[in-house]
Amino acid sequence: MGEKILMKGNEVIAEAALRAGCRHYFGYPITPQTEVAHYMARKMEQIGGTFVQAESEVAAINMVYGAASAGVRAMTSSSSPGISLKQEGISYAAGAELPMVIVDIVRCGPGLGGILPAQCDYFQMVKGGGHGDYHLVVLAPQSVQEMYELVVDAFNIADKYRNPVVVMGDGYMGQMMEAVEFRDEEKIERYEKPWAACGSDMKRDHNVITSIYIEADVLEAHVNKLYAKYKAIEEAETRVEVYNCEDADVIVTAYGTCARVVRNVIKDAAKMGIKVGLIRPITLWPFPSEAFRQYANVPKGFLCVEMSKGQMIEDVRLALNGQNTVSFYGRTGGNVPAQKDILEEVLKIARG
Amino acid sequence: MAKVTFREERCKGCKLCINACPKKIVIIKEDVLNAKGYHPAGVSDPEKCIGCAFCATVCPDCVITVER
Amino acid sequence: MSIVFERPHALIDKPLHYCPGCTHGIIHRLVAEVMDELGIEGNTVGIASVGCTYNSYEYFNCDMIQAAHGRAPAVATGVKRSLPGKNVFTYQGDGDLAAIGTAEIVHAATRGEKITTIFVNNAIYGMTSGQMAPTTLIGQVATTAPFGRKPELHGYPIRVSEMLSTLEGAVYVERVAVNNVANIKKAKAAIKKAFQVQLAGLGFSLVEVLSTCPTNWGLNPPKALEWLEENMIPHYPLGNFKDVQLPEQK
Repeated sequence: MGEKILMKGNEVIAEAALRAGCRHYFGYPITPQTEVAHYMARKMEQIGGTFVQAESEVAAINMVYGAASAGVRAMTSSSSPGISLKQEGISYAAGAELPMVIVDIVRCGPGLGGILPAQCDYFQMVKGGGHGDYHLVVLAPQSVQEMYELVVDAFNIADKYRNPVVVMGDGYMGQMMEAVEFRDEEKIERYEKPWAACGSDMKRDHNVITSIYIEADVLEAHVNKLYAKYKAIEEAETRVEVYNCEDADVIVTAYGTCARVVRNVIKDAAKMGIKVGLIRPITLWPFPSEAFRQYANVPKGFLCVEMSKGQMIEDVRLALNGQNTVSFYGRTGGNVPAQKDILEEVLKIARG
Repeated sequence: MAKVTFREERCKGCKLCINACPKKIVIIKEDVLNAKGYHPAGVSDPEKCIGCAFCATVCPDCVITVER
Repeated sequence: MSIVFERPHALIDKPLHYCPGCTHGIIHRLVAEVMDELGIEGNTVGIASVGCTYNSYEYFNCDMIQAAHGRAPAVATGVKRSLPGKNVFTYQGDGDLAAIGTAEIVHAATRGEKITTIFVNNAIYGMTSGQMAPTTLIGQVATTAPFGRKPELHGYPIRVSEMLSTLEGAVYVERVAVNNVANIKKAKAAIKKAFQVQLAGLGFSLVEVLSTCPTNWGLNPPKALEWLEENMIPHYPLGNFKDVQLPEQK
């Protein structure tokens, strides 16, 4: 590993993408992720890559659609309202099986909402904000370092499965500076793209990138093929951190910034004789249901902590399928669940 | 001499070629019905054809091939 | 004797699904003929839009990408920026380009994207059966202007070529029609020049092609050509709105 550098999250996203071999970025300004675009504008011009500030997020995602169709590594980044605008394009990319990376630095909503950090895009990203049956791989980093690693992984997963991949952070991770250690050698996985629309050179039949299939049986077969792919992704790419859960009294589940706060709560509770475990989904899709089932009989049940009114909690309950109770504690509007407040909830449950 | 061939199964009977022909020899073959249920176009007096390809130029379905 | 007219190689040999007499078929052929003549089918990528020509990717022999409604110029931007050595064109209708896709076409043009847009204007939404388009003429009847288009209700038709010609990035903008042999030949020349402008990397090129929609105009195909001449051409004058000198052929 290289030396440690103090760097802003949004800039690490861009640097990670460049290290992953991405040479085509299409974006649009929106707080709190615009520094990704600043960094890309500077670097891409220096190295002869592509930086386009599109006229809208709608245009940006469709530019990524074009670049991905041409067979290159391409990405966009945005934040909640901008991600809503991209949903149609994302559905098209999933239908056309296009590899791309979409970074969502979440801010509070709904509507114009605010510019402060939140996790209220879970539904939009994990449950699919666009139309049709499809899934996106959604990776949820909890630190600037992990953001770097997951952006690199995102490009590999996208190319491996020909699917859009989302890296979903929040305004904190985008804006804060933390030490990051870049690898000397980046692990870039190369995949052949014989399907790309990049010019036939008259040596093959033409390639067509499309998501429309007029006949029902043909479209159904296509969607079934997508779902076979999603099954393979679930088996191979599910990622979760299980910490301190062996004979825990209570298990808290949280991702991203919230998971970091929970780590301190675990220490506090331990001093009070209460063993608290943490299940931290790293892939929000595929959701790590198995990890929850493995600890389904934790004596005092689960507490789900989010920076929203409770979205991931639905998947936690689905995973447990009624085998245990799942309480919720969350803040939104840009507020973060405080350590002492989470501890209070844990105590209520542990002593309840 | 010139020669035009009509791929009758592709013709949709739209008649654009009829007005375009300077020799007025393109007609609709009322006695023929193609698989799609259209009366295809054709040429009444082939020997009058000058191979100008006007008919083919206005044809939206590449029905007509012209030799000269 | 030798063949003087036949289906161009860049147009796949299969029946077109367009209505009888719909001049999309002619325009497809012209684009394909130009690809053949410039020898660029092998390094061209076409972007199909949404409307009657949503599946034009089944007809053009070059690599094709199907874009969301209105987004073809953005998709084309992504392709061209990724493959600057390839030719990229979009094939769009008036609903796709001048309604939902207005921002995309304006910004692709003003960015001077080195792409070519074939903009087919038939003053109606064909695929969805006859709704009013941004280019529907005043007084023209459409399923969403059942008593004819009225400015006070439906606003005014957009003259796209004139609008885009004000943008510096748009270096070649021409409006043509395919309603008779002479105009078809001029249309082909304009499409060829547009591709040559792209080949020379001069900037954004667009050809607006006035076209018919017999089915939704409620006219038989020959009558539709007349209607185009008498009604569309007066409102959408043919000609060049932005020209550029091609570099001397060595």
